[in-house]
Amino acid sequence: MAIVHRKAETVPAAEVAVRPAEASDLATIVALDTEATGLSKASYWKDRFAWYASGHKERFFLIAEHGKEPVGFIVGEVRAWEFGSPPAGWVFAINVKDDARLHGLGTVLFDALCARFRKAGAKTVRTMLAKDAQVIMSFFRSQGMMAGPFIELEKRLA
Amino acid sequence: MRLQTATRIAIFAVLELAAEPERQLSAAEIASRFGISVNHLAKVLRTLGRAGLVEALRGVGGGYRFRGNAKRVTLLDVILLFEPVGPAADGSREPGQDTPDGRALRRVLNEIDDIARATLSSISLATMLKLVGQEKSQEPLRRAARRAAVDVVG
Ligand SMILES: CC(C)(COP(=O)(O)OP(=O)(O)OC[C@H]1O[C@@H](n2cnc3c(N)ncnc32)[C@H](O)[C@@H]1OP(=O)(O)O)[C@@H](O)C(=O)NCCC(=O)NCCS
Repeated sequence: MAIVHRKAETVPAAEVAVRPAEASDLATIVALDTEATGLSKASYWKDRFAWYASGHKERFFLIAEHGKEPVGFIVGEVRAWEFGSPPAGWVFAINVKDDARLHGLGTVLFDALCARFRKAGAKTVRTMLAKDAQVIMSFFRSQGMMAGPFIELEKRLA
Repeated sequence: MRLQTATRIAIFAVLELAAEPERQLSAAEIASRFGISVNHLAKVLRTLGRAGLVEALRGVGGGYRFRGNAKRVTLLDVILLFEPVGPAADGSREPGQDTPDGRALRRVLNEIDDIARATLSSISLATMLKLVGQEKSQEPLRRAARRAAVDVVG
């Protein structure tokens, strides 16, 4: 059953329901991602969908619905002992429909995912972002996220 | 990373005013809260005023008020009004910068500068105020811990 969250003043009377993604959401997910990134990655999302929306108890693919319309999604999983760290929730992707942004939907999705991480035993939530992705970084900062104990390193393979 | 005194004062003043945007505060009130010089603060407030972040209200009870959007103004926006973040923005040259060693050093330092900029530009004043709120809520605990430490020593 979907959990109904009410967001305060910003969108009066707005009701956002968060529910697990279903196979019929795949086209919307691809469309939302294409809108945000400018790249259509249908087969990539099909693959990610199979992993995250398989019903596995530590993987989550959640959809935010306004009325019956999907307006955003968030994807994540609990990973144990990665880099020697105890079980932590990883946010793999978040996306809110362009014209529905800044009304608290991202926050509703993030809270819903964190609640599931907590239930699955995670004590921390983490994510990785491009350094220049200012909007999404400001969003995660506003959720109280700070730099963690890891740093990403990479090298060009000749 | 260290910030110049004027920059720190500016951040404190903007946060203090942005915490209650309807409220006016005098320079003296803000200065006494942070133990800083009123003169220095007045100069900083003029710069913030020119940047459109605060407004000076004249007349009886005149003071300063926050004018920006706390959710959109970032720490980097405030800092850059007072000092550059990263390599000298004025184009001034650093000794040895065109040698292989100088370029190698710049690559490493650029990593640090990039992270500093990404961090500062993702922290809005609204997010900073949440962090200040967390610190405030921990103050009684901190005071109790200090008292306990004094009792042990004393
Ligand atoms: C990041 C994103 C999920 C935020 O969703 P949202 O529904 O707008 O978020 P919220 O309304 O809950 O915003 C919460 C806070 O985030 C911050 N924030 C959100 N958008 C922001 C923006 N454009 N600029 C600065 N801060 C912003 C604000 O602090 C905001 O607080 P407020 O509501 O008190 O103003 C949405 O902008 C998005 O989908 N962006 C594209 C993401 C993307 O590219 N995904 C692909 C890679 S995973």
